[in-house]
Amino acid sequence: MNMDQALQTFLIESRELLQAMEEALLNLESEPDDKEAIGAVFRAAHTIKGSAGLFGLDTIVAFTHVAENVLDKVRSGEVPVNGDLIALLLSAGDHIGALVEQVAAQGVEPDEATRATGDALLQKLKAYLGVAPHSAPVAQPGEMVEHAAALQPSGGGLVGRDTWHISLRFGQDVLKNGMDPLSFIRYLATLGEIVSITTMPDAMPPAEKMDPECCYLGFEMDFRSDADKSMIEGVFEFVRDDCNLRILPPYSRVDEYIQLINDLPEDKVRLGEILINSGAVTQKELDEMLICQTMRAASAESAPPGEDVTPVPPLGEILVQEGMVQKELVDAALGKQKQARESKAQESKFIRVHADKLDDLINLVGELVIASASAALLSQRSRDMMLHEATSTMSRLVEEIRDGALQLRMVQIGETFNRFHRVVRDMSKEIGKEIGLVITGAETELDKTVIEKIGDPLMHLVRNSMDHGIEPAEVRRQRGKPAKGTVRLNAYHESGSIVIEVGDDGGGLNRERILAKALERGLVGPNQSLSDKEIYSLIFEAGFSTADAVTNLSGRGVGMDVVRRNIEALRGMIEIDSEPGAGTTMKIRLPLTLAIIDGFLMGVGSASYVVPLDMVMECIELNEVERQETRERNYINLRGTVLPFIRLRDHFREQGKAGRRENIVVVQYAGQKAGLVVDELMGEFQTVIKPLGKLFGNLKGVSGSTILGSGEVALILDVPALIQRAVNLEAQSVRQDNRAVAVK
Amino acid sequence: MITHEVDNGVYRIKVEGEMTIYHALEHKQALLECLAHCTEMEINLSGVSEMDTSGFQLLVLAKREAARNGRPLRLVEHSPATLEVMDLFNMAAYFGDPVVMTH
Repeated sequence: MNMDQALQTFLIESRELLQAMEEALLNLESEPDDKEAIGAVFRAAHTIKGSAGLFGLDTIVAFTHVAENVLDKVRSGEVPVNGDLIALLLSAGDHIGALVEQVAAQGVEPDEATRATGDALLQKLKAYLGVAPHSAPVAQPGEMVEHAAALQPSGGGLVGRDTWHISLRFGQDVLKNGMDPLSFIRYLATLGEIVSITTMPDAMPPAEKMDPECCYLGFEMDFRSDADKSMIEGVFEFVRDDCNLRILPPYSRVDEYIQLINDLPEDKVRLGEILINSGAVTQKELDEMLICQTMRAASAESAPPGEDVTPVPPLGEILVQEGMVQKELVDAALGKQKQARESKAQESKFIRVHADKLDDLINLVGELVIASASAALLSQRSRDMMLHEATSTMSRLVEEIRDGALQLRMVQIGETFNRFHRVVRDMSKEIGKEIGLVITGAETELDKTVIEKIGDPLMHLVRNSMDHGIEPAEVRRQRGKPAKGTVRLNAYHESGSIVIEVGDDGGGLNRERILAKALERGLVGPNQSLSDKEIYSLIFEAGFSTADAVTNLSGRGVGMDVVRRNIEALRGMIEIDSEPGAGTTMKIRLPLTLAIIDGFLMGVGSASYVVPLDMVMECIELNEVERQETRERNYINLRGTVLPFIRLRDHFREQGKAGRRENIVVVQYAGQKAGLVVDELMGEFQTVIKPLGKLFGNLKGVSGSTILGSGEVALILDVPALIQRAVNLEAQSVRQDNRAVAVK
Repeated sequence: MITHEVDNGVYRIKVEGEMTIYHALEHKQALLECLAHCTEMEINLSGVSEMDTSGFQLLVLAKREAARNGRPLRLVEHSPATLEVMDLFNMAAYFGDPVVMTH
């Protein structure tokens, strides 16, 4: 197996497990008796420790081991679950996360700070254990060397055959450390052929003393392989400290087998049988060995009498009989095993794919969309019906591929939301307010790249709501609200965008103070009349992010301009609903995807423009009378409502000849409508968004570009900005009219 | 999950789901409990979806305890997961039960 890949899998798994652990811990906080949750936390720690052990990441194993011991006590009910313990375990989880990132991901030793945190946590954890954790049985590393040296031919005579003899006694703790002897034997079998294996359960104590989570098994194996000794030892690398391993090379000397038999704890006659049975030694050799042994025992006077020289002729026969029974069993088992493997393959329904591969795919699909648009255009021009039909079928399929490919990148937002349980919990402890988190719409999906970037702004908003939005408990009680505050996270889809709401049931924004502050900062003029929404959105202005604004104002405004910038970078926008005394809701509106959209293509003069199709409400042709009217003012009467509009020809200073006709495209965003006056409506168009260069970063009203089938470039209009502009223009002219009236 | 039915002192035990370290404690108690009361015991393994060393050890323990008290213990209807472990540890002969395919 490729270790790098395996390590990556370990990293991903560990992160997921830590996430699960955190969620379970937070659950435990509200329901301390939840057995499932305790089990989940234990399993997470257990699995991480085990996997870390496989990679030899000792720092992680050492720390997690202690945490797991505490969890074990929790599971058995010896240690009660309370707030302190959960807080400690949460920090322990964080620390494991830090270790995983540093030790496993970057391959460095933990830095000073991490180590200090770790030590402090260990102290606290050990307090729960009461006693110092017992140390695992340690194998003597000297043994291996000794045997290797014994390979020199000497007087003892060679015995055995071309197989290695592996004698293995697992320490009691291996299972608890997350390692299963089964997996080592399975792995060993990949290096060669296990000619014979005998399981030795002799070490298992009487039933009442037997701890089912301890391992009492030992194995005697004969193993045929071209692997060298270090490779075989490598198989057991991760349990080396936890097991007693002896490896005798092929054609070892009798002495060494005798040594082995003497060293092992089991009955010597039985071990002899096993060796004969496996073919490592012959009956004759064994007899010799046993005689040798008796002589030595006699000379050492240490062995108890009676168990020494018991010649064993009948046993071999019994074993052969057993061997025959066994063969049938093995065959049957093999058949079953194969079936099991097949059904397992059907069960795995998920595959992990590297995100880069998906991005590549999306890029390719983007190119495919452009290429097929070009093909469609050519086929249209050729007036060949058959060709036209073929390309339109292809276009439809390309569209499906596009949707399918984009769907692959869609991720539910729930995971991002769930992280906030922890944030809210920690922070409410920190600032001394009791605050709960309510999540809705967790199953709403959006593009992975968007999800990755939305975390920070959300964090900011949630912290802000908790810190400044929700009042202290006394104030809340005076206002007749429950003492416990609530922060809400909600997500839903709305006309081609996703809306994420961060709400609180706090005091709401103070309109007057914001306005006063804005006047003081010169963000608004004294005569400007602003709607509530406009005033609230002032807190996103850069001028509001200074420190004294935070203390003077009802609080809001810490780096809110950064939040807005981040969201705008994602082609999104943010707005605020606030009701004094009842709370504030921040609405973030984001496009569903950043790569390919359904667009609506429009022509102005010789240029083409695209708006996202989801934002287009309707298209109206302007008649001659209306065209005259629209020359003088920038709004029209749309079925009785005022619709402000922008003439794109003027807005982009288009020079080309004016068209014979003009159309107005009504677009909507975030509940506001505006019209775009264009020459030509060119219909639906699959749009692959290409970002504009840095040079155009400050360009207002354009959010990107795309390539048409003809190879020409069309600009993608930034509808929110245009709407804002149209509405502002209209409001200004209304104000001017008002002033004119007032002067009269 | 361990369930059992008693038929004239013969305990027919059925193990369902994982027989792993996560359930080892609970399984051990259930098995010993049954062993203490039975005259004969039969463990049906057809529902075992996963078995690790600790689960296997419990079977060894049960077999040994049963033998010590002179009570017959049979393992029947080995599931694929069980058979794989038996095979890997080469312990089918230890239990001496005929292996019959369940599916």
